[in-house]
Amino acid sequence: MRTAFTAALLLLGAGASLSAGLGVLRLPDLFTRMHAATKSQAVGLLLVLAGVGVRFPTVEVLTSLALVALLQLITVPVAAHLVGRAAYRTGRVDRGLLHTDELERALEAPDED
Amino acid sequence: MTAVLGAVAAVLFLAAVCTLVRIVRGPSMLDRAMALDVLLAVIMAGLGVSAVAEGDTWVMPTLLALSLLAFVGSVAVARFLVPHAARPDEPDQGADA
Amino acid sequence: MRESTAGRRRAVRLPAVVWLTLVWVLLWDRPTVANLLSGLVLAVLLQLAFPLPPVGPQLRLRPFGLAVFALRAAADLLHSAGPLAWQAAGGRGRCARNSVIAVPLRTRSDSILTIMAIALSATPGTLVLDVRHSDATLFLHVLGAGDDAAVAKARRDVQALERRTVRAFGTRDDLRALAGDGT
Repeated sequence: MRTAFTAALLLLGAGASLSAGLGVLRLPDLFTRMHAATKSQAVGLLLVLAGVGVRFPTVEVLTSLALVALLQLITVPVAAHLVGRAAYRTGRVDRGLLHTDELERALEAPDED
Repeated sequence: MTAVLGAVAAVLFLAAVCTLVRIVRGPSMLDRAMALDVLLAVIMAGLGVSAVAEGDTWVMPTLLALSLLAFVGSVAVARFLVPHAARPDEPDQGADA
Repeated sequence: MRESTAGRRRAVRLPAVVWLTLVWVLLWDRPTVANLLSGLVLAVLLQLAFPLPPVGPQLRLRPFGLAVFALRAAADLLHSAGPLAWQAAGGRGRCARNSVIAVPLRTRSDSILTIMAIALSATPGTLVLDVRHSDATLFLHVLGAGDDAAVAKARRDVQALERRTVRAFGTRDDLRALAGDGT
């Protein structure tokens, strides 16, 4: 029973990781690729870690896994935000893919304060 | 269980290949940094799977170290490698990181 | 940089001590008395050695709001993997158009803003591009927001997230700011 649960979690995690990989490879511009990268990557890794936790339910392993998951949850958004910001500011936006762009207006309009 | 682990390893391998192709292709440094992040996450997942396969948890410290350091690469690229577009009216006024 | 170091005071803050000790104990794999004590000593020493500028109004944890916030964030995280996988498998030509939108927030707290930015990166289809501190505006890249209705919906979603965040972590002032604006 526990083995089956581990297997299911590992398979789901690997599937999410693959969707991250496919997204990074196939989506058309940097920003859409980053959507795929940040979300599916975190989901995939967390599912695999959960699978490992089910397989080794000891205090030592569970505390380490909790810390890895926590660090992952904190650091991934930081990296994604910095890359996205740098990408926008260096003009790597494909305007053809955008419906509206309210940041461009904000960058052009003079800031009152 | 062995079959499942084999399938999981194969799927993770495919994911790693996808990110590697993106790293090679670019086109910009930021694409590569982001793909490298994903590759590291896939490697961490692979380490976890190897722990289950071997029935041993010696990889735990490695996972911890990777989770601490993984994001440093893309942060460094985003901050230092990309020439900062000089704009007089940046949207953020505060002293941000 | 000068003025920011001038604002730093040597002070030991209890939440930071608890947090640092928790990480230390987790790093050592097992919660023993020795680990707990050495962690406490280290946490205090670290704060004395590396003083940080005060972060403004602190957070206040509200158990009920926190539970709602955490459950919703976990659900969002799991949910966000699905549509993306579909789009990744669908290939280049089928990618819908996206938008970059500005969302003005009603609260001005930096702490709330930080938590929201982390939660947003777990929400399906949003990516934080930039923040304007002067009027607390978030700039987001929204996946698949190809018309005005979708843009309006994305903005409502973010403001709902702000409401959940403030109900989980907000101080009394944040709650007042939220209520003061109607909506």
